[in-house]
Amino acid sequence: MARALINVPAKAKRGDIIEIKALISHPMETGYRTGPDGALVPRDIINRFICTYNGEEIFSADLFPAIAANPFLSFTTTATESGRIAFRWIDDRGQAYLETAEIAVE
Amino acid sequence: MSRKSGPVETSRREILAAGAGALALVIARPARATPESMAAAIKAFVGEADIREGMVTLELPALVENGNSVPLTVKVDSPMTAQDYVKRIAVFNERNPQPNVALFYLSPRAGRALVSTRIRLGDSQNIVAIAQLSDGTFWSDKAELVVTLPACVES
Repeated sequence: MARALINVPAKAKRGDIIEIKALISHPMETGYRTGPDGALVPRDIINRFICTYNGEEIFSADLFPAIAANPFLSFTTTATESGRIAFRWIDDRGQAYLETAEIAVE
Repeated sequence: MSRKSGPVETSRREILAAGAGALALVIARPARATPESMAAAIKAFVGEADIREGMVTLELPALVENGNSVPLTVKVDSPMTAQDYVKRIAVFNERNPQPNVALFYLSPRAGRALVSTRIRLGDSQNIVAIAQLSDGTFWSDKAELVVTLPACVES
């Protein structure tokens, strides 16, 4: 299982714009590199990232091989209510990695 | 036997042949995105719409030592209200093997149109960011950068 690092403020005032940072450990193999045997290393990247806030999508991204290994994304959202912010990364094999964070809004 | 010959001596013909071989190796490398393929990728994103300069700010270092991880930030000057917000931001490159870098989907809930990531660059080149606003208009910004150690295709 890939390791993910998430940065979401634990607390926020209602209406505040908060910054969310998400990083996942993944080689993002481009498919253009040759391995030790001279053959191309097959492509294996995270091609989709989705972030939801209490079930509603707030940000998503389509990623291409030009994204660096261990893809990092930072974006913003408005703190509307307490609840759960969920992150989902999907790789070329359709495998999904999940991570969640709790936020308290007052 | 007037002509001297030894293992160290290399004829002009051999040198030329080796040069041609090296050239063939260079040509045999994977196809790379060119400004034309970037233009095609941009067309696939915007369709027939006009792209205007402005609104978007693309932040990249001007000189990059390591092309494997280059910080990139895109900002769009938008109020991000339900009536006027940034829908999508696409980033394109000129000279990587593929012209696409990333496509971000935003909503008015973002509060601010500000996205950061880290990208790979195979060569010194131009990067283009294009934002699609909720009113259907497209705005762009371009950044040129120099990479001293590109993200290698070979290793």
